[in-house]
Amino acid sequence: MHDLYDRLKTRFPLGDWIARRPDLAFVDVPLAQLRSVLLHLRDQEGFTHLVLLTAVDWIETGEFQLTYLLCNRRRACDLGLRARIARDPASMESIHDLWPTAATYQRELREMFGIDFPGSPRLHEDFILEGWREIPPYRRDFDTLAYARETYRERPGRVTRDPAAYMQQQLDPGGH
Amino acid sequence: MKPELQPRRVTGPDGQEFEVDPLRDYYCEAPPAVHPPAYLKIIEDLFNWARAESIWILGFGTGCGAIEMRPLMTPRFDAYRYGIQWRPTPRQANLFVISGYLSVKTLKRVIRSYEQMQNPKYVVGLGSCTINGGMYWDSYNTIKRLDDYLPVDVYIAGCMPRPESLLHGFMELKRIIRAGQAEGANDYARNFAWYKDNQKRVIHDWDMPDYNW
Ligand code: SF4
Repeated sequence: MHDLYDRLKTRFPLGDWIARRPDLAFVDVPLAQLRSVLLHLRDQEGFTHLVLLTAVDWIETGEFQLTYLLCNRRRACDLGLRARIARDPASMESIHDLWPTAATYQRELREMFGIDFPGSPRLHEDFILEGWREIPPYRRDFDTLAYARETYRERPGRVTRDPAAYMQQQLDPGGH
Repeated sequence: MKPELQPRRVTGPDGQEFEVDPLRDYYCEAPPAVHPPAYLKIIEDLFNWARAESIWILGFGTGCGAIEMRPLMTPRFDAYRYGIQWRPTPRQANLFVISGYLSVKTLKRVIRSYEQMQNPKYVVGLGSCTINGGMYWDSYNTIKRLDDYLPVDVYIAGCMPRPESLLHGFMELKRIIRAGQAEGANDYARNFAWYKDNQKRVIHDWDMPDYNW
């Protein structure tokens, strides 16, 4: 896949090439170039399939990292493009005109991370959650545990054990 | 409230215009009622014996545990030999097996389906998730105690329970029904306000009738 990187580099400013497997690599792309890189990969390099679009919350630097994973079916390889956007307010250009399936991913990202994609179809309809009132649950400043504790009543008597120590104790109570 | 539940004027196929108030016209406004036992104990015992031998499971899977239903309804474990069968719609079923973790979104559908089932009806909670949240105990979106929202007759522990434990659970349910102790539907009717209160505490976009019969 490295030949692809060499070809791309002559056209676009790209970050380092991170090869995870012979058929899977990731590369950082400046936000301004993202759309043209996506178009180029789709139309010139045979990456016709958008596998997924997902986000990582880098709360420390105040950014969301978006990963656009593309697949080239003929060469059976995947390439992930990564771009960073500001966290608050989080907004990103929609790519539903390049891949209609992107609209679904963007709906999910809007709901779970609170990232806006202006113009994306049905963006503000409920997707997985219904009647959610808190901040989007995949943002790292959302305290899942505290929310679960106060929303859903617990049944007393639940204990947590260290699996290794517990099995040791069960199988060999004397500790030989 | 969903748009299809709003009162409106509709034009019938014959050109007649008429008012429709779906909440009044399509649903029962009265809350569920307690079903009294038969006039003689021996008759009630006969009914209960018949009920125990006529278990119809609603084909509705909620969590991973739903996968254990397939071996049960096929020749390998063959639950049919015990008079336990699956039905496609709530109106034809009297046993609701909650087969694992229950997200709030699914809970809403579960309540709708449960309320559409005929009395007497039973609920079995399958797997640790229905008992205390299981491995989803810290999830933002799954309930932890099924019996806060629906009356549960039998819990089957395990993550996930094997078909053998399910069969055992069904035998236990039959025993309870025969003993006249499977009072879930009556319990639901008696504590209707408490159940609704719990349900509405987690389902924030309540857009259906209070009672879906
Ligand atoms: S109890 Fe285990 S198998 Fe069942 S739904 Fe929960 S996690 Fe899945």
